[in-house]
Amino acid sequence: MVADIIFYLFATITVVAALGVVSSKNQVHSVLFLVLAFFTTAALFVLLGAEFLAAILVMVYMGAVAILFLFVVMMLDVEFASLKKEAIQYLPLGIAVGVVILVEMVVIITQVHIEPNSMVAVAGEVTNTMEIGRILYTKYLLPFEIASLILLVALVGAVVLTLRERKRPKQQDITKQHARTREEAVELKKVASGEGAS
Amino acid sequence: MSLNHYLVLSALLFTIGVFGIFLNRRNVIIIMMSIELILLSVNINFVAFSSYMGNVDGQIMTFFVLTVAAAEAAIGLAILVTFFRNRATIDVEEIDTLKG
Repeated sequence: MVADIIFYLFATITVVAALGVVSSKNQVHSVLFLVLAFFTTAALFVLLGAEFLAAILVMVYMGAVAILFLFVVMMLDVEFASLKKEAIQYLPLGIAVGVVILVEMVVIITQVHIEPNSMVAVAGEVTNTMEIGRILYTKYLLPFEIASLILLVALVGAVVLTLRERKRPKQQDITKQHARTREEAVELKKVASGEGAS
Repeated sequence: MSLNHYLVLSALLFTIGVFGIFLNRRNVIIIMMSIELILLSVNINFVAFSSYMGNVDGQIMTFFVLTVAAAEAAIGLAILVTFFRNRATIDVEEIDTLKG
């Protein structure tokens, strides 16, 4: 009974926050509503017994992704009002498509009845984190490695995309500097007396 | 609390995400946030099924969705910053240099 109340409370907050994300006038408010939606979803994950994912959601989504959005929103000096002015003309189409998608999905969802089977894995002393660790590093080892590669590519890609090299008159090229050898940089000359070096 | 409650919540979030893309058709940042909402609804689906079927495989899938979402946000925002630097706008209607 208490779980029901908690579920409805958090579900309502999540939906309201999601509506706030898409309809807010101010972009910063949108990002903050997004943070709220992520946080309440993390709470729902705890309710479902997925504590580790809830922690990851708070750390990765709220701590990294949402703050990245916030940085970009604050960094770009855009007049958001001008981007918003034609929004009203897309409202009927958006509502129509949204209602169609929602009705279709709800019809399908209410047709299926899946018997809860949660007692299988939860029984025993194994915690959620331990269970995930066991399966992630054995059965899903290869996808795990591929995920790390995707993150590496994203990391390098983001740096390459945003890096801007300025040409300054007396710029030091570190790579060139390090590639110099003694042979090409230093030349020893025997200077004969009275002639000077040339 | 039955599985269907979570599935309906997930469907609602997905719909709001799609609706957000329609409503903010010209603002790339809000579109990307709507995509994040859609991915979040997928995650709720995965975790709900995982919890009710007593199988953690769904939660592992959520990890991969999270990874790809983080990578997508980072790359998308990097492209956005570069575009804004060159054109001083983030209007979707203005992104037509390729004339596709």
